[in-house]
Amino acid sequence: MYEDELKQLEANIGKAWDLAVKMGLDPYPVNFEVVPAAIMYEFGAYGLPGRFSHWTRGKAYHRMKMSYDFGLSKIYELVINTNPSYAFLLENNTVLENSFVAAHVFGHTDFFKHNLYFEHTNRTMVDKVGANADRIRQYEYDHGLAEVERFLDAVLSIEEHIDYNFRIKPQHNNETPATEPTTPYDDIWNLDKKSRNTKTNKEKTPARRKFPKEPVKDILLFLAEHAPGLEPWQRDIIMIVREEMIYFIPQMQTKIMNEGWASIAHSRIMRDMDLDNSDFMRFAALHTGVLAPSRSNLNPYYLGYTIWQDIEKRWDSPTEEEIAHGAVPGKGKEKMLEVRETENDVSFLRNYLTKDLVKELDLYLYRKEGDEWVIVEKDWRKVRDGIVASMTNFGFPYLMIEDADYRKNSEIYLKHYFEGQEMDLNYAGKTLQYVYQIWGRAAHLETVSDGKRTLVSFDGEKISQRVLDS
Amino acid sequence: MSLNQQDWSLHRKGSIDQKRHMEKVRDAVKKNLADIVSEESIIMSDGKRAIKVPIRSLEQYRFRYDSGKQEHAGQGNGKSKVGDVIAKEPQQQGKGTGKGKGDPGEEAGDEYYEAEISMEELTALIFEDLELPNLEEKRQAELETETVKFTDVRKKGPMANLDKKRTIMENIKRNAAKGDPTFHDISNDDLRFKVWEPTVRYESNAVVIAMMDVSGSMGEFEKYIARSFYFWMVRFLRTKYQHVQIVFISHHTEAKEVTEEEFFYRGESGGTQVSSAYELALQIIAERFNPVDWNIYPFHFSDGDNLPWDNDRCLELVEELMKQCNIFGYGEIREGHYRSPSTLMSAYNKVQDPKFISVTISDKREVYPALRKFFHARGVATPDPIA
Repeated sequence: MYEDELKQLEANIGKAWDLAVKMGLDPYPVNFEVVPAAIMYEFGAYGLPGRFSHWTRGKAYHRMKMSYDFGLSKIYELVINTNPSYAFLLENNTVLENSFVAAHVFGHTDFFKHNLYFEHTNRTMVDKVGANADRIRQYEYDHGLAEVERFLDAVLSIEEHIDYNFRIKPQHNNETPATEPTTPYDDIWNLDKKSRNTKTNKEKTPARRKFPKEPVKDILLFLAEHAPGLEPWQRDIIMIVREEMIYFIPQMQTKIMNEGWASIAHSRIMRDMDLDNSDFMRFAALHTGVLAPSRSNLNPYYLGYTIWQDIEKRWDSPTEEEIAHGAVPGKGKEKMLEVRETENDVSFLRNYLTKDLVKELDLYLYRKEGDEWVIVEKDWRKVRDGIVASMTNFGFPYLMIEDADYRKNSEIYLKHYFEGQEMDLNYAGKTLQYVYQIWGRAAHLETVSDGKRTLVSFDGEKISQRVLDS
Repeated sequence: MSLNQQDWSLHRKGSIDQKRHMEKVRDAVKKNLADIVSEESIIMSDGKRAIKVPIRSLEQYRFRYDSGKQEHAGQGNGKSKVGDVIAKEPQQQGKGTGKGKGDPGEEAGDEYYEAEISMEELTALIFEDLELPNLEEKRQAELETETVKFTDVRKKGPMANLDKKRTIMENIKRNAAKGDPTFHDISNDDLRFKVWEPTVRYESNAVVIAMMDVSGSMGEFEKYIARSFYFWMVRFLRTKYQHVQIVFISHHTEAKEVTEEEFFYRGESGGTQVSSAYELALQIIAERFNPVDWNIYPFHFSDGDNLPWDNDRCLELVEELMKQCNIFGYGEIREGHYRSPSTLMSAYNKVQDPKFISVTISDKREVYPALRKFFHARGVATPDPIA
């Protein structure tokens, strides 16, 4: 951008900030960087600037960059959740486009600052991933590029499988077995009892010590701590991947809310920006483009935006019935701020995607029948529940480690907690090869296929699949 | 809060990792060359555009749902109803291109990752270490060819060499500096000219005589294999040797010299008399390609069916050809094992000359090994002067 354009943009950003604050937002301050498209797409592919290198990111970068070069798609904004936040603007965008993006960004950084799910986010994550990348580079130097890449391939294949509720500590059962002596003389008092119990004790075969005691959701953490044959650098890599995943999880949990919130922000800020007619038309075109609905997937911008507006409307002017139940009119903004603090996408949709909205937005569920994709559900409750179900565990199958000593042979046994959606068994078999690579022994996955409990296994040589007896 | 614009021109992380991805693609392509060489979509392409190569090893596997069995959410225009079709399944990528016959058996449900690669890159990979065998220095070996190479861009030069694209760019740049980035008001300052230097190359002469049986006994499969082989051979020769001549001969009971296009796309029928092709080849050599001046490479592909009384004649002609040529390549295509023992190959079994190279192909995957067998360096000749 030219000097005079930058000056104008800077003035607009200042204005946008004031308007954001005026409408009740409290965003993190933002450092805006004007960058060429290649850089924008690089950061888009890596998720964060300076993150470690891997060929899959190169592949993503290439794809995104190509579709930009061919004019098929365009990233407008990229904002990093740090304090202060970083946002990237495309250098060949117009001043108006970039002002629009800046207004949108203030919505995001407000959301980052106030939504509960971001409470524990590391706000210096850019430094952290830079340090992680340095360590991985050192490992590449020490152990060879191919070796590190091979290990990263395996770890990245299961990167989603961590426990995002890891801050909720399980309630430990502190009952100690009554037979444990607590004073040197306890055994004397128990002599009588013991002689009576010996018989039954002998009959009991000692129960196999179950490991892990309870199913484990955090597969990455479990592997890092317990996989027997790993080198320290390999455990470190698993923990790096896990740590970076943890950073991204709140963003995955609040995509619809967050994009909707930022769209509310940009639409109101730009509306109050005193644009001249032609700029206003251009803004309106941009706004419509970003919020365009799609037949084959949900546009989070549009869905979020519509729900937010509906919340405001309903709490500003409640129905007579609601007033009779104690609702007070004019509480729209207050309610929005409350929701943006306490909800995530799943609860947001469950609580605020109403019958009227499903109808207004014309939402549906569709599935594959033969070689056609056909609409199969329009009932609002089922549509809502279907959308919510597809967001459970961010759209990945919910897997737990059931047994790390399966067949008393230290084999690892994962179980898919089946909720109606079947897995891609071909992919599952191939991914088990990666689990095997990390764990060092046979890997199994129990899931449901064609309605039957099925076990997919990789024993180091071949992938097999068999139906388990119910 | 701040607004910055920095120079990012040295920042290359994305492109470095992209390069690593491309390396992996190339490795995977290399491992799958046998499959790729016989890929119909490539053989049937015009060979100019980038092509898609199916690769199985670059998929990023994960634990994921079966999207075909899953319900997805979408949004209509207000009038959607149950039963509306919103999309049709696109043709399975990479699959189903083979028409069944001779298709290498793929595991069911195996997915492909498709890499896009230019024909040139693919050709380079396939022919990395191949060359014309037994190439010799001939009497007129150092045939001088002068070519022109554009090496520089300058502001002055003859109008015929005006570099239009650069000139337009310069004009737009100059106008943009005044705040109006459009193409107008061209001035002398904008003009850019290409400047060349003459370069000289030295090459040996070589001619390849491609002979193919197009008789009625050649089925779909046989023709396909022969064409695949020649398709790659032509590409190989054109990439590695700028001045190699190729003569195309197709034959049934009679042989005819044909154009490249006729050779690849025209089918014939009738009986087979292989000697006719060899006679024509010898005649062409005598008329146009004196062995003193030329490296000569005859290749012949057939299904092995020949008139029985013609085999001895063929043998004599092959001996004669070998006297004049660097090698003689014979490829016999047999689908399955139900065919009677071939008459032609059994006749050729008697040939002892190391110049005689033969292959039998009974599967698409064997085209690539055949190429390697014919074109690997044999180290008989002195170091060749061909670039």
